[in-house]
Amino acid sequence: MKRLAWPLGMLAALLLVNLIFTDHFFQIEIKDGHLYGSLIDIFRFGAPLILVALGMTLVIATSGIDLSVGSVVAISGAMACLQISSLTSQDSIGGVLGAVGIALGLAIALGVGNGVLVSVIGIQPIIATLILMVAGRGLAQLITDGQIITINSDPYKLIGGGYWLTLPFGIIIVAAVLALTAFITRRLALGLLIESVGGNAEASRLSGIRSRGILIVVYAFCALCAGIAGLMISSNVSSADGNNAGLWIELDAILAVVIGGTSLAGGRFSLSGTVLGALIIQTLTTTIYSIGVPPETTLLFKALVVTIVCLLQSPAFRAKVFRQRRRPAPPAVAADEKVTVRT
Amino acid sequence: MAEAILRMTGIGKEFPGVRALDGVDFRLLPGEVHALMGENGAGKSTLIKVLTGVYSIDAGEIELAGAKVAFTGPLEAQKAGISTVYQEVNLCRNLSVAENVFIGREPRRFGRINWREMRRRAAELLTRLDLSIDVAKPLSTYSLAIQQMVAIARAIDIDARVLILDEPTSSLDAGEVAQLFRVMRRLKEQGIAILFVSHFLDQIYEIADRMTILRNGRLVGEYVTAELPQVELVGKMIGRELAELERLDERPPARTSDTLVEASALGGKVAPFSLTIREGEVVGLAGLLGSGRTEIARLLFGADHAATGTVRIGGEQVNLRTPRIAMSKGVAFCSENRREEGLVPELTVRENLILALQADRGWSRPVPRKKQDELVAKYIKALNIRPDNPEMLIRNLSGGNQQKVLLARWLILEPRLLILDEPTRGIDVGAKAEIQKLVVELSDGGMAVLFISAELEEVLRLSHKVAVLRDRRVVAELPNDDTLTTDVLMETIASGAAK
Repeated sequence: MKRLAWPLGMLAALLLVNLIFTDHFFQIEIKDGHLYGSLIDIFRFGAPLILVALGMTLVIATSGIDLSVGSVVAISGAMACLQISSLTSQDSIGGVLGAVGIALGLAIALGVGNGVLVSVIGIQPIIATLILMVAGRGLAQLITDGQIITINSDPYKLIGGGYWLTLPFGIIIVAAVLALTAFITRRLALGLLIESVGGNAEASRLSGIRSRGILIVVYAFCALCAGIAGLMISSNVSSADGNNAGLWIELDAILAVVIGGTSLAGGRFSLSGTVLGALIIQTLTTTIYSIGVPPETTLLFKALVVTIVCLLQSPAFRAKVFRQRRRPAPPAVAADEKVTVRT
Repeated sequence: MAEAILRMTGIGKEFPGVRALDGVDFRLLPGEVHALMGENGAGKSTLIKVLTGVYSIDAGEIELAGAKVAFTGPLEAQKAGISTVYQEVNLCRNLSVAENVFIGREPRRFGRINWREMRRRAAELLTRLDLSIDVAKPLSTYSLAIQQMVAIARAIDIDARVLILDEPTSSLDAGEVAQLFRVMRRLKEQGIAILFVSHFLDQIYEIADRMTILRNGRLVGEYVTAELPQVELVGKMIGRELAELERLDERPPARTSDTLVEASALGGKVAPFSLTIREGEVVGLAGLLGSGRTEIARLLFGADHAATGTVRIGGEQVNLRTPRIAMSKGVAFCSENRREEGLVPELTVRENLILALQADRGWSRPVPRKKQDELVAKYIKALNIRPDNPEMLIRNLSGGNQQKVLLARWLILEPRLLILDEPTRGIDVGAKAEIQKLVVELSDGGMAVLFISAELEEVLRLSHKVAVLRDRRVVAELPNDDTLTTDVLMETIASGAAK
């Protein structure tokens, strides 16, 4: 729990800013049997990012990285929309389910490809997934034939824009995926094996862990998460845009993982930390709109806040600032952080 | 007596859950070799890290040449004249020897690195240590022993007044140790104070003038080496009588049980060899560093691929393509390279302990938490792992206790053949005796053990038979009867053939 203190604090700070600057920010009301409000919106619009970041967490825990998630988002949305647009009745539930299945199947296949490149062929993860990051955009455009496919399907619309039991459907999907991931990694032993492979791959191999299989599963899972996120994004706008869907989401996802306290060096990971990290990023985006930062400076503003967040989280940075402030006092004992301890 | 160059008084250091140092006094005189003695976890490494500014102290003070100091990092300590060479070589293997010697303080001209000057000075420095090697080559092209020398060269070039050598000899052979001692004596004459840590008592008595003994983070006392007999030293280190150190002097009778492992013409990184191991038999591998001992172990565990030959385990021919296959046949392998091939440093003691068991069961069948706790408690007690906190990160344990955890990782699986590669290296007398005793018990219980050690005495004491290696070739297989002595073993290694 202590590890989550910083991300929690930051989320609270961001919410506080909104409390001061935005009217009715914390207000949640029920309209037509649906929950409405800014907080709900953060969850709803943040859902794809949370999903992608969850998959990314496991990849990063194996000391890898997956740059191709943005492209997989685009491919999966494009594939689903292409399938649905060719249906005779776009409202047929069976047809939509089939389209979703095909899109997710494709995403998993792409993820397995990533995993094979990394674990069997031994390409460094950043390069291996860079291939799909670049080629994937092309693949998405190939699927949509360079056009933006628009569809008009109520069942498909449900995924990203619908409600169920008063809650946005996306939130329910995220909750389900999170619960499943937490179960498999923490209740079952996959989490320990992933952390072991990320912490020391050779020692893991000599302990009999099938690291190849684990890497392939993890990359496939990451791509599956990206695929679901792609469905949400395209469903929300009822169209597939091979060029822009999921653009730069890999960077936000990596950031969410890091803010959540998982080290890029691999090893220990925290799912709840990642969810918090993704919520912080989404809240920041919402805050930028709601407090009226001029549009031309939003990216700069976001970068600034993110930099501060990351600096505050770094024990090394905190120790430095801390020490400088305490310089006048006897400098000997600053034992709060074991920053310099590298054994 | 000369004024102490370094004086530490009342040093205290606490880690979460452990009091690593408690009111320790320590002083170092110029021009002496001072041995720091103690079991694993006694606080030797912590004291050194406190002294070199890696850790900050919670209590006490440090005086260097009469002035009070408080280092906030190794660099500061270095600048003040305290240089350290750690047990595991802390150099960049991908850089050249010269770069390693001068890293961070390269000779410069007009603000740019003067490569020629750097190489010249590095070569000069190494000549002082009787070492003539090409300093432009990457460090990784040289043996561990030479890397160690390079680390020492680097340390003494930084105008050192205090030189700390933490287990510098654990990977050196006899000739290299002699060379190191020559260098140490020369440095001593120049008035440098040397703090020396080693688990080899013979070496301590050969080189050290005085010693300080620690036990469980407390000071036992300071002694003049010549006035303290070895037996008393060991007693003070482990704090109990020597009953447990009783030498297992009886020769184990040869085993006549069923053959468990039969390797025929097995080869890869070693020349093809044949070896049989019976159930309950301890087979020792003797040979110099790099003679192929580890390679044989890795072949039998499937960590490396065999180029030729076959292996039968329990009468059944097995293709050892991966460690998993070897594990499924009941083979376990405890690597000599703890840091790179054993520990997962970010995980806890408990997680490291059950890792092989969990790997064996796969991801979908977790070891129930209750069973984990039982197993962990059992082995922490059986192997006397300290501190006995299963939720501590394993990287915070001392080397000997890490080794015990790794041993336990395999014992949990109840293997039929346990391969131990240098299980007692860098481990104190007490833990060493414990591990030796354990090997005897396990083999009496029917477990076959392949025992690899650079210490011939240890190999002789435990093994039923000994295979001797030289230049990556098995040159002899000797039954451990009354005629076999360390001298015979050494001769066999030297001559490359059995008499």
